Amino acid sequence: MARATDRRPGFSRRAQVGIFTGYVVAILGVVIGAGLLIASLVQPALFSGARSAAAEVARPVGQAAATGRRSGIDVLGAIRAYFNAGRQNAALHHEVDLARADAVKRQSLEQENRRLKALLGIREQEPHVVTAARLIGSTASSLRRFAVIAAGSRSGVMIGQPVRSAAGLIGRVLEVGPDTARVLLVTDPENVVPVRRASDGVPAFVQGAANGRVAIRLINSGVATLHKGDLFVTSGSGGMFAPGIPVAVVTEPNRDGATGMLTGDPADADYVTVEQSYQPEAVAALAVPIAPPQLVPPPKKKKKIKAGSGAAATPAAVKAAPAAPVPAAGP
Amino acid sequence: MKVQIKVPIKLPPGVPGVGKRNDGIERRINRAPSRTISNLVPWLSIVLASAVGFAPVIASAPVVPPLAFMLLLAWRTMRPGLLPVWAGLPLGAIDDLYSGQPFGSAVTIWSLAMLAMEAVDRRFLWRGFVEDWLAASVLLTAGLVMGAIVAGIAAGHVAPWIIWPQLAMSIVLFPLVTELVALLDRLRLVRVKLPEA
Repeated sequence: MARATDRRPGFSRRAQVGIFTGYVVAILGVVIGAGLLIASLVQPALFSGARSAAAEVARPVGQAAATGRRSGIDVLGAIRAYFNAGRQNAALHHEVDLARADAVKRQSLEQENRRLKALLGIREQEPHVVTAARLIGSTASSLRRFAVIAAGSRSGVMIGQPVRSAAGLIGRVLEVGPDTARVLLVTDPENVVPVRRASDGVPAFVQGAANGRVAIRLINSGVATLHKGDLFVTSGSGGMFAPGIPVAVVTEPNRDGATGMLTGDPADADYVTVEQSYQPEAVAALAVPIAPPQLVPPPKKKKKIKAGSGAAATPAAVKAAPAAPVPAAGP
Repeated sequence: MKVQIKVPIKLPPGVPGVGKRNDGIERRINRAPSRTISNLVPWLSIVLASAVGFAPVIASAPVVPPLAFMLLLAWRTMRPGLLPVWAGLPLGAIDDLYSGQPFGSAVTIWSLAMLAMEAVDRRFLWRGFVEDWLAASVLLTAGLVMGAIVAGIAAGHVAPWIIWPQLAMSIVLFPLVTELVALLDRLRLVRVKLPEA
């Protein structure tokens, strides 16, 4: 194919100037883009308003798509269930019997746990659920891992609150609009979650690897070895996530930790719940480490973002894990 | 790949056969391509592709090809001159709002891509399907890797090599996207009833 003829404007002054202006604007685009890029790298929250507005615009479509996804899963599931109904019925009966026995055992353990905690004087606040919402979108083609939920400041969602599904931790709220909120998923490299092994409380932290997996790094390397199938739950240190939320399962142990898979895959989650920050005052205190706590003003939105990433990402904060009251860590 | 649009031959009225064809392209009475639609379709399609993140897939890894960028390149290769050279500036800004990349990354990359396509147009005068695909593949690779590096800097973990499945998929799917653009191009020139001039 030969090149387009309109590339040669001939003697028309107007066409010549038009082409020239086009080039000028295009080069200006590169320069403006680079400027914006540097600005948003330095100050990540700079364009959050515009992003929230864009998410609000696309919200109805996302809602409809989320409903469609749910019904799509349902249809396939119904067909699949139909094929092994008999076998499944028998297996489920067996499972219910086992679970009933387990439930009785758990009840007594819970009671004992409560009694022991009362003896030790540990006071635990139950994380309060802010709202439940659908996941309506995600950044499927970018290396950054964000998702958008269909609830925002009007439902009481605030920056820094943890987001989880029934199966495990999904991420934390990063930007809030009136009816949408942007969630930094656990698989994003910027997200660092202090965790402990569910079985014996070995402290570690989970960092996203951007490819759907997470890296589990032990805080004291050489003390414990990880095995395939080890479950890691949040430790509660840092004050952002309540302790005991399942985060990841080890898939491949390596030299300084392991590669893991999330327990709560956002793709499977129909609804997610937004919970209150575990200990907001701890998060706020970490935001302004120099000032005395009683003089700390109520944290502004921008500050709190920094607080979130800073608090979670600082190794010192993570290292403090054993010092923090971790209920299940002690023998 | 290229859609052949039949240019109606001017025949004097009354010639037998004229006006009897019904292929959707032939001019009919009081029907003509709308200027608004024909100008709007490329822009609208790219903006909609940018918002495709609000699709029924919540991905935990970068797997979906950058559809908006592919559409931009496809429109540029299929219909040079339809999108102005500076189209990367506004379209990239909209894409940045949805893509999750740091704001400004698509503005820069798309503007650079449009300038690069101008250079390709100037340097390689005669191109066919394979050459267009090759040019688009090179630009897709450069754009995706640049985007991954920028996102990596923002997240503090630069690992552009993990995008290779996405990159391979984008390159393989590019001819399909040009096919989609061909379809949209036909839609763009659909004849509608015009208001009385």
